[in-house]
Amino acid sequence: MRPMTITEKILARHAGLKEVTPGELINAKVDIALGNDITAPIAINEFRKSGAKKVFNRNKVILVPDHFTPNKDIKSAAQCKVLRDFAIEQKLTHYYEGGTVGVEHALLPEKGIVVPGDLVIGADSHTCTYGALGAFSTGVGSTDLAAVMVTGELWFKVPESIKFVFTGKLRKWVSGKDLILHLIGDIGVDGALYKAMEFTGRPIEALSMDSRMSMCNMAIEAGAKSGIIAPDKVTKAYVDKRAERPYKFYSSDEDAVYCEVREYDCNAIEPKVACPHLPENTKNVGELKNITIDQVVIGSCTNGRIEDLAVAAKILKGRKTAKYVRLIIIPATPHIYNEAMKKGYFDIFLKAGAVISPPTCGPCLGGHMGILAAGERAVATTNRNFVGRMGDVKSEVFLANPAVAAASAIKGRIAHPDEVMK
Amino acid sequence: MKFKGNAWKFGSDIDTDRIIPARYLNTSDPKELAKHCMEDEDASFASKVRPGDIIVADKNFGCGSSREHAPIAIKASGIACVIAKSFARIFYRNSFNMGLPILESEEAFGSIDAGDVIEVDMDTGEIVNATKNLRFKARAIPPFMQELINSGGLMEAIKKKGAV
Ligand code: SF4
Repeated sequence: MRPMTITEKILARHAGLKEVTPGELINAKVDIALGNDITAPIAINEFRKSGAKKVFNRNKVILVPDHFTPNKDIKSAAQCKVLRDFAIEQKLTHYYEGGTVGVEHALLPEKGIVVPGDLVIGADSHTCTYGALGAFSTGVGSTDLAAVMVTGELWFKVPESIKFVFTGKLRKWVSGKDLILHLIGDIGVDGALYKAMEFTGRPIEALSMDSRMSMCNMAIEAGAKSGIIAPDKVTKAYVDKRAERPYKFYSSDEDAVYCEVREYDCNAIEPKVACPHLPENTKNVGELKNITIDQVVIGSCTNGRIEDLAVAAKILKGRKTAKYVRLIIIPATPHIYNEAMKKGYFDIFLKAGAVISPPTCGPCLGGHMGILAAGERAVATTNRNFVGRMGDVKSEVFLANPAVAAASAIKGRIAHPDEVMK
Repeated sequence: MKFKGNAWKFGSDIDTDRIIPARYLNTSDPKELAKHCMEDEDASFASKVRPGDIIVADKNFGCGSSREHAPIAIKASGIACVIAKSFARIFYRNSFNMGLPILESEEAFGSIDAGDVIEVDMDTGEIVNATKNLRFKARAIPPFMQELINSGGLMEAIKKKGAV
């Protein structure tokens, strides 16, 4: 048998094949299919048009209205109601709203809905996040989601894999977010187009699950189909508490074939900032002098997890946000919200002058809860800084990790955490 | 399928937020979406585009979000076909699934100016710049994708297979 990568193994297994080769078109069984309040209404409409009566499996179709919720206007409310009515009608096991909903890509792993070895599709581009658990997961469109809701299967082209080998040790204040920003700065926003990205090396093994998720989350920002990290004891510790189904660990064969192998020495990677208007415009935070800001957002499926809030709390403790800077903190799920509250982070955030938002995508996609006016500039822990992403076309978003974001909120300009934590 | 229309030219890495900004995604009505198509890139696009026009773009067209609203908005705006040096993965998939004709050609981009009259033959992949009298051949569409187009999109293909 030909040696295979972890991605090829998972795809082969779900296609019922012994082996697959990059470029091959396969039909594979899907373990979990996800839709949100933006993408699911179109999928549900297609589902109905097809004449289908029942989803293929009510445990495996997940609906998470997280983008414009709590419903921001009448139109959004109508969209969410499409999901709600469908979830009730189909008796979906996993439908979340009100005080149970969180940002989808933080919510699914946390609840143990997605497990290692899964094949997951989501009508949301950041579905690639679950690669952090050792699953193959990829973003698709609404019609794809509709097809899976009907049949439980979908066509895939087996991607070539690029192996990213990290060496050395992470420097202070450097997290998974910085590694992925550094990498995207190196290969560009289409540097991994159609490919699977496999992250390996000692520093990756040393990363927490939260940090692994922020890395895999941004694989799409390099154009990739998926990002993946081989599951290990860190993964096991995370999923054992949560998994609602049996899981399976896959790993790449030693002689598996990659279309490219790239190495990065972590000793040389500093906290990074991606400047407007592409995630590839990365700079070391120290290179950005006197860039004043109007808003800071700490949250999203990239960096709204407990580790992210912990580092923000560490920096904000006993300090205040600069005058004329709005700091918005968005715990990604109700569980994270509760954890942060119990750990006393909310006291720190409130004293620092922050607004604490309920779990939502909110400003990440320019939806609500912190939209920028023309001429305003934000530092955000989110994943995209496209033109108009967080509001007016003439606003700007700088992407960074939560430590840089918190330090910048205090200084009122883009700042290195060391400037605050002397 | 054959198309003829005027070219609209766009640069590289045109993301889905520029094709249809998220602030309009509280609806999925194609007519509503079309009104705001390409708004943040060229505010006059929606009012000036004419049925049959063709978008010609540089690399990585449609990067970013998975929103199918992007190809829906383009199609509903009257655009007949998109030609780009390359497409982002999900946009590529979505276009075939919902029936927006797209073609990849490295050469066409550099030799087409905004407003040129372009003819496209989807079956042969031939692109003709009638204004400049130039011909290009687009990258071949995989047979599987061709089948999707011929069936009228993914859902129709599924129905044909009797999977519903
Ligand atoms: S937090 Fe932002 S990137 Fe993540 S799913 Fe929501 S809108 Fe998309």
